Amino acid sequence: MATGHDDHHHGPAKGFTRWLYTTNHKDIGSMYLWFSFAMFLLGGSFALVIRAELFQPGLQFVDPNFFNQMTTMHGLVMVFGAVMPAFVGLANWMVPLMIGAPDMALPRMNNWSFWILPFAFAMMSSTLFMDGGGPNFGWTFYAPLSTTFAPKSVTFFIFAVHMMGASSIMGSINIIATIQNLRAPGMTYMKMPLFVWTWLITAYLLIAVMPVLAGVVTMMLFDIHFGTSFFSAAGGGDPVLFQHVFWFFGHPEVYIMILPAFGVVSEIIPTFSRKRLFGYDSMVYATSSIAFLSFIVWAHHMFTTGMPLAGELFFMYSTMLIAVPTGVKVFNWITTMFKGSISFETPMLFSIAFVVLFTMGGFTGLMLAIAPADFQYQDTYFVVAHFHYVLVPGAVFSIMAAAYYWLPKWTGNMYDESLGKLHFWLSFVGINVLFFPQHFLGLAGMPRRVPDYALQFANFNMISSIGAFLFGFSQLLFLFIVIKTVKGGKKATTQVWEGAEGLEWTVPSPAPYHTFSTPPPIK
Amino acid sequence: MATPDKHTTPAGYEPYYVPDQSKFPFIASIGLSLMVFGLGNALNDIKANQGATVSAWMAFVGFFILGCVLFNWFATQIRENHQGLPSAQLKRSYVLGMYWFIFSEVMFFCAFFGALYYVRNFSVQWLAGVGEKGIAHLLWQDFQGTWPVIHNPDPKIFVDPEQSMAWRGFSEAASYLPLWNTMLLLSSSVTVHIAHTALKNNNRKQLTLWLGLTVLLGLTFLVLQAKEYSEAYHELGLTLNSGIYGSTFFLLTGFHGFHVTLGAFMLSVMWFRVLKGHFKPEDHFGFEAASWYWHFVDVVWVGLFCFVYLL
Repeated sequence: MATGHDDHHHGPAKGFTRWLYTTNHKDIGSMYLWFSFAMFLLGGSFALVIRAELFQPGLQFVDPNFFNQMTTMHGLVMVFGAVMPAFVGLANWMVPLMIGAPDMALPRMNNWSFWILPFAFAMMSSTLFMDGGGPNFGWTFYAPLSTTFAPKSVTFFIFAVHMMGASSIMGSINIIATIQNLRAPGMTYMKMPLFVWTWLITAYLLIAVMPVLAGVVTMMLFDIHFGTSFFSAAGGGDPVLFQHVFWFFGHPEVYIMILPAFGVVSEIIPTFSRKRLFGYDSMVYATSSIAFLSFIVWAHHMFTTGMPLAGELFFMYSTMLIAVPTGVKVFNWITTMFKGSISFETPMLFSIAFVVLFTMGGFTGLMLAIAPADFQYQDTYFVVAHFHYVLVPGAVFSIMAAAYYWLPKWTGNMYDESLGKLHFWLSFVGINVLFFPQHFLGLAGMPRRVPDYALQFANFNMISSIGAFLFGFSQLLFLFIVIKTVKGGKKATTQVWEGAEGLEWTVPSPAPYHTFSTPPPIK
Repeated sequence: MATPDKHTTPAGYEPYYVPDQSKFPFIASIGLSLMVFGLGNALNDIKANQGATVSAWMAFVGFFILGCVLFNWFATQIRENHQGLPSAQLKRSYVLGMYWFIFSEVMFFCAFFGALYYVRNFSVQWLAGVGEKGIAHLLWQDFQGTWPVIHNPDPKIFVDPEQSMAWRGFSEAASYLPLWNTMLLLSSSVTVHIAHTALKNNNRKQLTLWLGLTVLLGLTFLVLQAKEYSEAYHELGLTLNSGIYGSTFFLLTGFHGFHVTLGAFMLSVMWFRVLKGHFKPEDHFGFEAASWYWHFVDVVWVGLFCFVYLL
């Protein structure tokens, strides 16, 4: 163990300025995670407004314009505020611990990446109270809805996106530099834990596409305020151009939200199966292939918006190709569990649910990838069901799995296992009641982003809303469990989990404020 | 400030310097937020024909705070380096950081180059009735799909320019500012390289001279670009409101010009640092990073000159 002379650095500073001025990767990781959870509740409450309105046909609680603001803000807050910062928080906490590094490569910039976020989200949320309301054009902010017909608060939305982009780019540069440069001597790339591998690739994707997002919102800004015509055909531009540039960012973004989840699950399943991960090398190659493919599939989001036939075919086949590396991963996870001596602690339950439900989301994705079929599905609840299946029991479940898995290492206490299991089952049932009926709604033709609907959709919408409230309020139990674990509980050992392997399990629980000031030996 | 531990186990391991608490990031975030919030308000005020004084001041104060923080941040970084705190490993982190930062900038320009490619090869063609989606021609049936687009589909909304900035043939090459600008930037890439070599040979006089010359070339570029813009606005009627040609032209060259400004600023900071006696032949990453950035800006210009001006 390499914690012998960590005490030359003093511990955390006293008072709240510890959090404002910190350079410690563990502090910053915790702040990211708490921020992300706050955004999860905020975005979740927007979702509950949507589901309350859709509980019955007709207009009940909100007017359609506010409903649109809710769908928009729900998407933006969940993508940029909840899921992405949660994974960055996990990376901050775990990457240095997993590779035997003393901290992140650039600690002060690390804190800047975090502190930009609360300001950016304060600015974006404040648009809801502005004259004309907040963004109401969907989280994909298609032009001309977001340019010619946008509320004037769109300017602040644009700048908020710029800020989040700056934060993400700085955060990713930091993660990638840490992984490239701070691995303990002897830890070659092919010995890195998969969570580190997936984050290396995710950081690369982020640095590649966040600037493109900055580019597209900049073009919007110029169209709105400086009279350019990028997205206006009257001046020779094209609204479809917006979609191309946006989705060139947007599709890799989808993998940015799922690759770290793959990493988390690839850590947890071997631990509770008490077996090494099956097919480590193929996992690495599959992740890289997915990242590569993510750059050449973007227009499958645009099959109905006007593209030459050759384009439709190219994007259809390249999209279907993604099923191959993804299938490799799913089979590897299953094979890891095969003949393992499995125990079902909460992180494992979330991970197994991840494998099953994410695969379902993947299959509906394949259905959507078939261009002629997509003409039917486009903009229906089937799409909503698809991406929520990959994002909620996909990304969000993996984040929860990670939280339960590493909480004992972070806090030094074991969480309450029965409460954890209760939380899992409530979430599992809630999520399926919430999203499964939406497949049927979509196939029957219910469009997304509508505050009202035809009577034949009433039953499934009601079921879906019940699931939403069940899932939503179950998350308060998660908050309770986490706080309870922080406050106390059964002391965790250094190893925490019987079958766990990796450097993070060689430091005491809770992990000391500074770890690996000198690199540990690698076997 | 934490004193770095000189324990070196395993053999030869230099401790990685982890700085103590720092106020810079938090205050920088406040400055950044004030700046963009002020800027957003100012833009909205101007669009609504209201006075934007208060908002502009807010943006300026934010910019000032951000500038002060960054100045002190870099100063601290330099001081730490002079104290010998960063190990060789930490210095590699800075190199990687700069490398990936430039990659992100490349991708930023890719978005605009991609947009230019798309409008030239698809949307303008389709609006003119050429190609698979040529049905768009029904919208404005007089529209001709020539590039540069001089006659917009709807000139009532987007005012037609009189002339574009495209290459005017060799007969007018001498008065063609972009050509001069190309030569300026290309030679500045050479001069900064000579300065770098001089630095590595510890030839301070040459270093000061050639680095200074690089900055001057960069500033001359900016002056010529300002002249070019002024000609575009006043003589050619080419503005941001001139439809897609003006849009892509000004956004691409404008963001490039902004990056030249930034690069010239970085290099001039390096020039003052040289005067103060900073940089050693074997340790000068600040200089090297600025010169990388300068080469990057140069490469982007070559792309611009080909795709915006020549082709």
